[in-house]
Parts: sequence; structure tokens; C-alpha cells
Amino acid sequence: MALIEIEGLEKAFGRHRVLRGVHLAIEAGSSLVLFGPNGAGKTTLLRILATLSRPSAGSVRVAGVEIRANPEGIRRYLGLVAHMPLLYDDLSAWENLRFYARLYGVERPEARIQELLERVGLWPRRKELVRTFSRGMVQRLAIARALVHNPPILLLDEPDTGLDPQAAEMMTTLLREVGGNARTVLMTTHHLERGLALADRVLILAGGRIVFDAEATAVSYSDLRPLYDRYVAGGV
Amino acid sequence: MKRYLQVIAAIWWKDVRVELRSKDIFTGMAVFAALALLILNFAFELRVPDKRMVVPGVLWVTVAFASVLGLGRAFISEKDRGSLAGLLLAPVDRSAVYCGKMLANLVFILVVELFVLPLIVLFFNVSLISLPLLLVVALGTIGLAVVGTIFSALTVNTRAREVLLPILLFPIILPVLVSGIRMTIGLLEGDPLSKLGNWLQLLLIFDILYLAIAFLTFDYVVEE
Amino acid sequence: MLSHRVLTVLNLAAAVSMVGAIYMALVQAPSAINLTETERWAQRIIYFHVPTAWLSMLAFFVTFVAAILYLVRPQPRWDILARCSAELGVAFTIAATASGSIWAKPAWNTWWTWDPRLTTYTIVLLLYIAYFMLRGAIEEPERRARFASVYSIFAFVSVPITFMSIRWWNTIHPVILDPNEDFGLGPGMTLAFVFCIVAFTVLYVALLANRLRLEYTIERVAALRARLLT
Repeated sequence: MALIEIEGLEKAFGRHRVLRGVHLAIEAGSSLVLFGPNGAGKTTLLRILATLSRPSAGSVRVAGVEIRANPEGIRRYLGLVAHMPLLYDDLSAWENLRFYARLYGVERPEARIQELLERVGLWPRRKELVRTFSRGMVQRLAIARALVHNPPILLLDEPDTGLDPQAAEMMTTLLREVGGNARTVLMTTHHLERGLALADRVLILAGGRIVFDAEATAVSYSDLRPLYDRYVAGGV
Repeated sequence: MKRYLQVIAAIWWKDVRVELRSKDIFTGMAVFAALALLILNFAFELRVPDKRMVVPGVLWVTVAFASVLGLGRAFISEKDRGSLAGLLLAPVDRSAVYCGKMLANLVFILVVELFVLPLIVLFFNVSLISLPLLLVVALGTIGLAVVGTIFSALTVNTRAREVLLPILLFPIILPVLVSGIRMTIGLLEGDPLSKLGNWLQLLLIFDILYLAIAFLTFDYVVEE
Repeated sequence: MLSHRVLTVLNLAAAVSMVGAIYMALVQAPSAINLTETERWAQRIIYFHVPTAWLSMLAFFVTFVAAILYLVRPQPRWDILARCSAELGVAFTIAATASGSIWAKPAWNTWWTWDPRLTTYTIVLLLYIAYFMLRGAIEEPERRARFASVYSIFAFVSVPITFMSIRWWNTIHPVILDPNEDFGLGPGMTLAFVFCIVAFTVLYVALLANRLRLEYTIERVAALRARLLT
């Protein structure tokens, strides 16, 4: 049984059908990258997995349990790095993490927060308000935030947007470290190379469906580029 | 249960701490309240034989309008930063988010009232600070916070949200204003609280009933 | 269920009962005693005024129930029912307020007064105008339906509470079931009164059915158009 099983997932906003039947099985410990044009439904898919959105049809099961049956329980196992950092400008890095630690009921929060801040390289700036952070620092803190309760599943929605190449590099390294430890990672991104570097499985979501699904070792950049361009340019 | 309360406390503290740093909501409400009092003072100055007659109305009108201002801001800042999603990711029943926010809003409005009451005493030359009155104001404020918090969450996702909140809120909280004003009149005239039992009951029913409805429906407001 | 045949029967029933109601109200019902000529004719408004008031409450109650049903099981038809009933509710509220005002002028020599029922009524009108403003401010259909449902639950529950609070504040509105009251119902009037209430209820059902049918047709057209254009 795969850790995450998605069957026939559909999501419509009014008359606009975003997801039109997504089938996906994600094994525990695997690392997936999801490409797709804007509006393909990548964010919607992630939001549904994170229980922030309800599917219009279909089923999503995590560890065999239907998400809708026990959303609160499922949330314990998920960490989400979204478009928005979900951080409070008027609180310090440390205070932000402590808030989220409290939300998740993390034990021995102080130790955990220190460990995380050191991991993302923000420990020296822990007392500074997030308002003063650069975009790269905010993203790093967002990753720390998503990991505060050590979730086995990590969802990342275009975490590299708005980052300069250097910051993006730092983040990729961070993600690589974090992605190990048998953590299941699902990431969406627009950057082909970065995505390929981080994942063991590559998917393309277009027109509300998965149109490409392969092991990362089986495809090279040159194989993927034309496919990617076709789907992204086509905007089907 | 303990987790549930912990989450409420965490959200409450977060809101209070953020507010203490930015002072956005409080300053907005306080300045508005002071201006409202000033304007109301002039509105009644020459027409009313005794300015103290209008104090009950002035008190509750000022509180109502200042509250709407503050309530609007509470969810707007979360929405604009997208941080509402962060709260919704917590592994507890979402009514905990409602409770935390509602209690935070309650505190903000109560603090503004602590500022408004002395101002009224000053401007209108009336003795207002008494335990029964404070109780009445507190109960009324609870009603405002209970309905205002969920409506604020409702309107934050709509167009013209700042205009919509008062339009939706005021008709519903009218009983709070009516009871509040009536009881304030009574208390200022020297009636003991026991004589106003009916009104107290009404206010309590209002608070409890709407708290229950908000609890039941909050989930539908924040889900996508 | 909303077939042409059913609608025809409903429309016919509504037409017949309304004609009957007019007869009962203007001809059959005995004149009120102890009133001047103008007041006696004005009093007959009661057969129009009270039913429309009652109907608006019924309509909003239907909206309330439909809202709960929508939240429990999010099917579009509940939201359509809620909205259409609310429209009728607003229409009837305006009718009741207007008729009350027309009655008030000869009876109390004033077009308006801030007594509990009228005040609560104004608030009810505002509540449901706000309902439609809320609907208008949300683009996405599911969210609009959900939010409107939540709001209409609050709105309907507020009506009795608001009424009680204002009633305790003061009152001069006639209490209809008090037989000693001048403008209340005398003995012979009950028949006409009940008939009118029933007639107006049939009217409401007919109007609602027609409105719903219209709405479903609009939806079908929109769906067809969407299909053709993709």
C-alpha cells in the first residue's frame, strides 16, 4: 500500500474544472517533482493534500485513511511550504517557530526550534523580526516552519519562486538534506533542472491530469525539455 | 481537549503579541473612537438639555463602530499574508482557530473600551465607572466579538470587504445595542442590576446562541 | 417535479385562491365596528398585510432550512432554493411594510412609527438586502453558496431575538389576537382572515415554483452554452 493514494481526484471551482481525474500513488520515502503550466492545478492538488481544500470528487488516502474522514489527524503528518510563507512579520524567527510548535503540540519545542534554526542557517538571526528578512531567508524559515513537527510528508509549492540563483542553490541543498530520512517529498516547481536534481520521480500535470510519470533516472534533461515545453507552451 | 485549549491559547497569544508590536488595530480603533466622541459631542451639544441624556447611546454607538473597524482588520492581516492557511494546518478542530481569534478580538475591543469610558466621563461629565456597568459592557462586547469574528472571516474573502462587514454585522447585533443602551440608561438612573434582569438574560442568550452557531459554521467559512 | 403540468395547476390554484381572497377581504368579511367609514375600509388591509408578513417569514424560514441543507450536503439546488425564496421574502417584506404604512395613515395618522414589529421588519429587510449584497460580492459559486448559507442562518435566528429586544423597548402595534382591541379581528372576520392566509401561501408556493423553474432553465442554458463554447 502506497503512503499516499489519489484516485479519480477532481476539483472544480464553479464551472471551471481544474483537476479532471488525477490518479497517483506515492510510495513512502520517495521524492517527487511535479511540473506543469500555470493553472494546471499543481497548487490545487497540494492544497487538497494538505486538507486546505475539499475535492469535488475522487478519493485521497494517506496511510490508508481517507483524508476527509480524519483531516485533523492527517494534518499531523503533513508539512506544507506554500506560495505564501505563512510567517508573521511582526514576530521574530524564533517566535514564529514557537507559535507553530505550539500549534502542532511539539514536545520539547525549544530544542527542536534551535535544531531547525541551525539547520537552515538562521540561528544567529533568531531574534530578529521576519519583516527584516530577505526573500531567501523567509523561504528558509518557511521550510523550518513546515518541519517543526517533523512530518513524514513534506509538500512544497514552488519553493524557489522569487529566489535569486544563489539562494535557490542554498535551498536545493537544504531540501536535499531534509528530503532524506525516509521523508516523502512532493514538490512543484517551474525550474526543470532543479526539479530533476532533487527528485527520484518526475511528473507533469497539464489540463488537470497527469500526462507524464517516470523515474528520474530514466529521463534526461534533453528528453524532458521538449515535453515540458510542449505542455507548458500548449497550456492545455 | 488539552491540545485544543493549547491551540486556542497559542493563537490568542500570537495575535496579542503581534498587536502589541504593530499596534495597528488598537490605534485605529482608539483614534476613531476619540473622533467619534468628539463629533457626537458636537452633534448633541446645542439640542439636548442635558448632555448626560445621550451618554448611553453615545457609548454604544462609539463602541459598535470602533469594534467594526477593529474586527475588520483582524482577519484582513491574516488573509493578506496568507497566514490563515498556517492556522488551518493545525491538527485540531478548526473551531479552535475561531475561539483563539474571537478571544483576541474580545481583548482588543475591551482595551479600547477602557480608553473610551474615561473619555466619556470627561467629555460628558457623567459618572460611568461602576461594576454593573462594566459587566454590561463586557457582555455586550462578547456579543460583538462572537458575531464580528466569524463575519470578519466571511467578508475577508469577498469584494468590497470593508464595506460589507458593517452591513452584515449591524442588523444582527442590534439586540446587543438595544440591551446595552437600555441597561445603561437604567444603571445611570440608579436602577440596580436585578431590575434589568430581562435584558441581562437577552444579552446572555444572544452571546451563547451565537457562539454556538459560530462554532458550528466556522469550518464552512474557512474551508476552500 | 417542476413540470409544466404541476406549474399550471399551481398557477391556477394561486389565481383562484387570490380572487377568492380579494372577495373575502373586500366583500365577505364584516366591517369592523366602532370605526369611521375610512377606517373601516382601511381595516380591510389586514387581510393583505398580515398574510404578506407571515409569508415573508415563511419564505425566510425556507431559506434558513435550505441553507442548513446546503451546508450538510452541498448540492446546488439547495442554494437555488435558498436564493429564490429569499427574493420572494424580500418582495413580501416590502409589500407588508408598504401595506402596513398605508393602513397606518388613516388609523394612527402617521405613515411610520418605530414600534417593535415595524422596526424589526425594517431590520429584516436590511438583513436580507445584506444577504444579496454578500452574494453579489463573491464570484465563485460554491463559496458564494456556502457563505450565503452561513449568513442566512445567523440572519434568521436573529429575527426573534431582535424582535424580543425591541418589543421590550416599547410597543404600540395592535395585538391581533386580542378581541377587545379596536383594530383587531372581530368574530366574523376569522374566516376571511384564515382564507387569505391560505390563499397567500398558495401564491407563495406558486411564485416559488415558477421562480425555481426559471432558475433551472437559466442554469441549463448556461451549461449548454459552456459546452458549445469549449
